[in-house]
Amino acid sequence: MRVGYYPGCSLHGTARELDESLRAIAPPLDLELVEVNDWSCCGATSAHATSHLLSVALPARNLALAEEQGHDQLLAPCAACYNRLASARHAVACDAALAETIEDVLGRPFPSTVAPRNLVEVLRARLDLLRERAVRPLTGLKVACYYGCLLVRPSEVCSFDDPEDPVSMEEVVAATGATPVAWRRRLDCCGGAFSVARTGSVVRLSRAILDDARSAGADAIAVACPMCHSNLDFRQKALVRRGETELPVLYLSELVGLALGLDAGSLGLGRHFVETKGFVERALAPKPAAKPPAGAAKPATPKPAAEATAGKETV
Amino acid sequence: MARIGVFVCHCGENIGRTVDCARVAEELGKLPGVAHAVDYKYMCSDPGQALIKQAIAEKGLTGVVVSACSPHMHERTFRRAAGGAGLNPFLCEMANIREHCSWIHEDREAATDKAIDLARVIVEKVKRNVPLETIRIPVEKRALVIGGGIAGIQAALDLADGGAEVVLVEKEPSIGGHMSQLSETFPTLDCSQCILTPRMVEVYQHPRIRLMAYCEVDAVEGYIGNFKVTIRQKARSVDETKCNGCGACQKACVVKNVPSEFDERLGKRTAIYVPFPQAVPNIPVIDREHCAYFKGRARGMKKDACGKCKEACARGAIDFAQEDRFVTEKVGAIVVATGYELYSIGKDQPAAGLKGYGEYGYGTVPDVIDGLQFERLASASGPTAGKLLRPSDGKVPKKIVFLQCVGSRDPAKGIDYCSKVCCMYVAKHTMLYRHKVHDGEATVFYMDVRAAGKGYDEFTRRAVEEDGAVYVRGRVSRVYRDGDVVKVLGFDTLNGTPVEIDADMVVLATAMRPRKGIEKLAQTLSVSYDRHGFINEAHPKLRPVETNTAGVFVAGACQAPRDIPDSVAMASAAAAKVLGLFSNEMLEREPTVARVDAALCAGCFHCERVCPYGAVEHKEVRDRKGNLLKVVADVNPGVCQGCGTCQATCPSKSVELMGFTDEQIYAEVNALAL
Repeated sequence: MRVGYYPGCSLHGTARELDESLRAIAPPLDLELVEVNDWSCCGATSAHATSHLLSVALPARNLALAEEQGHDQLLAPCAACYNRLASARHAVACDAALAETIEDVLGRPFPSTVAPRNLVEVLRARLDLLRERAVRPLTGLKVACYYGCLLVRPSEVCSFDDPEDPVSMEEVVAATGATPVAWRRRLDCCGGAFSVARTGSVVRLSRAILDDARSAGADAIAVACPMCHSNLDFRQKALVRRGETELPVLYLSELVGLALGLDAGSLGLGRHFVETKGFVERALAPKPAAKPPAGAAKPATPKPAAEATAGKETV
Repeated sequence: MARIGVFVCHCGENIGRTVDCARVAEELGKLPGVAHAVDYKYMCSDPGQALIKQAIAEKGLTGVVVSACSPHMHERTFRRAAGGAGLNPFLCEMANIREHCSWIHEDREAATDKAIDLARVIVEKVKRNVPLETIRIPVEKRALVIGGGIAGIQAALDLADGGAEVVLVEKEPSIGGHMSQLSETFPTLDCSQCILTPRMVEVYQHPRIRLMAYCEVDAVEGYIGNFKVTIRQKARSVDETKCNGCGACQKACVVKNVPSEFDERLGKRTAIYVPFPQAVPNIPVIDREHCAYFKGRARGMKKDACGKCKEACARGAIDFAQEDRFVTEKVGAIVVATGYELYSIGKDQPAAGLKGYGEYGYGTVPDVIDGLQFERLASASGPTAGKLLRPSDGKVPKKIVFLQCVGSRDPAKGIDYCSKVCCMYVAKHTMLYRHKVHDGEATVFYMDVRAAGKGYDEFTRRAVEEDGAVYVRGRVSRVYRDGDVVKVLGFDTLNGTPVEIDADMVVLATAMRPRKGIEKLAQTLSVSYDRHGFINEAHPKLRPVETNTAGVFVAGACQAPRDIPDSVAMASAAAAKVLGLFSNEMLEREPTVARVDAALCAGCFHCERVCPYGAVEHKEVRDRKGNLLKVVADVNPGVCQGCGTCQATCPSKSVELMGFTDEQIYAEVNALAL
């Protein structure tokens, strides 16, 4: 399937491994990523904090370009880009006057027919294919799925999953053969764009996330946002206390790539600050021929094991 | 030749200020067929009506047009006047020159021209009016009440005490409904069962009430005064005529761990059971899904797997072979009182538009319960015998967090209405809790407290001032189990701070929804319902217990979220309406109903498909030898409400609405166009 591809600035910079891993997993998942010609910044963080018009016009320009270039879906792997594209589309749909202004600003028609898609959404649409082609299921590995704040919220804009109790990432992780763990901070904020301006806040918020994932028994955290990755991976040296083990932070596409049997190098796994080698080795280790556990095969519900059993004791 | 009289009313200044009534009368008087035209200050007054009567007598009028207010206001008045002068009342019509003209215009000249047009149109219609006769239909003076909760019980008792025969149908094994599950009731804190069970017994013993528990309405035919209802008597597997309710079968039953519906799955029951000790009727039912005998049968076992209850029954009442039976009842009116159920909190939702709160842990954290479960925990007849113990480990909870508006008023979850009772019962819960656990801390998360009702606000104040409930204004984002406690993360919007509480138990005040299957019942009864499934009343203010189908009434929480006093008031109102209906030997209906011309009808039955009231029937047309020529549509005048949908739909123009025929309507349009 041909899909418009909007890498955004992150995937050309700090999140190159997300770009690399996506391009690597696209062919086995029957995806043809066609980068939108002449794309520009989506305006994340700065534009929508300063000018509402600009914050809509910038993503609208990219959507209009994708439309001109014959796409009906646009994959924006960065959660912030996705959120801006979807928000702009929502704003235009709800405000006819704004829609007119945007067309004036863009100098081109903007019927808004292109649907922005995020990484999780695109992978979830290919679960059957992924299960079928996962030649190296990640059996036995426990993964904490981290949604962050931008992927599923606000709910009227990002309507692909429940904003308070989402399941889509867990479904993708389960399809790789890994076990999604139940944990609590999967929707909390990591500090986002304040990484430089208020590092202290980011350290406090991100540490809580790492602690919770670790205590839930996760071997790694899966993310679908370059900003989250940056905070959790790049800042992790500052986050962990003495004696605490580091927790690899992988993009969802990297996990999928490992399950598809792709080479760790081609997935960009060598670019992380926190060493992924140990995790990759466990993923590569030959496993008994047994099928993945029953729980991993079906869409897992993110409930702590302890609670699930306790539920049965209800009098 | 028509001789029409036109009577133009000034309505004091109401019409006269903007419309030159004298000129209207003068212009109308010039029309062909108009034999008399006058204007008068108040046409609806006695002298005004006398003018009409006098003109009919003196000028030999064949039709009357009163140019005045809306027909909703005075059509009846003027038709009665015309009738009094010997004219068929349906030859009198009104032209509305008040609401449709004088009240909404300022330019006197233009308004007068418009008033002339409006009256002219009606003159053309009345020229083509034919005399119609009021329809009279007999009334079956028995009522069907569907649902045996407090609303159904009240309606049945009021009806029976008023002299009517009542059939009360309840789908559960016992009547009592949700009210029988409650511990104590607001705002007086009286014991729910103590006030309810005597009423239940009264129903059972009333000579004019036929109680049909464990039954469901299967089909309804007919119309107001003459319904034919088919009722399915579900197989109890117990012979009601033999059982004396001794309870030996339940003691003997080997299956003892079925989650009890009455205890909201917090307690257990046997496979042969009565829902609760005070059940009415006190006759057990075998739950075939869980019964060892029936499970063995289903597995194809040759030998009976069990038969302990049959052995234990001294009266030989157990009847494994019993099957569903159907009975037919003739009734003249129906009261729908099917009540409510609670919104489902988790991911599984009964309807597509609804969403749950996965983040509240209901169903996975045992100490997160809903309001009805709390009622059972607090009830003396409950699974803990009235001791407040939390479900997970049976400890006394020292800290309970109550969440209001779970589902209610949350369009994102598909329910935008307020469930009305939750503010009150949460306040009650905090009080019950404090009365049972004196050092217990109750915290309530609320959006706002809605306590409108007699003694209601005082009651919620009491919860705070006397029983120390802490109210936090704000929503909760997450509830999860953390070791021994249930963590509640919320936000206090008055202080602007996040709140984290280590609770022992969490109670969710979930939204009220109409009962599952209400849509099907509503369709069976041809009554309309809103997008949530609540039955629509005929008018939100003036006809609150009637439905859009004549003879079908509504009471209690199947119409909207209702508390006990509201439900009882509605039930009594519905009963009064039914008794009013039954006070007539014959029912009188307006003759403005649809009529099919059998000669023209091709039998396509488009009309049948579009009729919202199910008034269209099939009629066979035979020749003199009795050979079937064709089957045509026929409108039952008792059911027809005169909406005219069939008339607009009919491709061969063979359905006409009496009083609004195509000829009349076209004449009106022509009068305007020419």
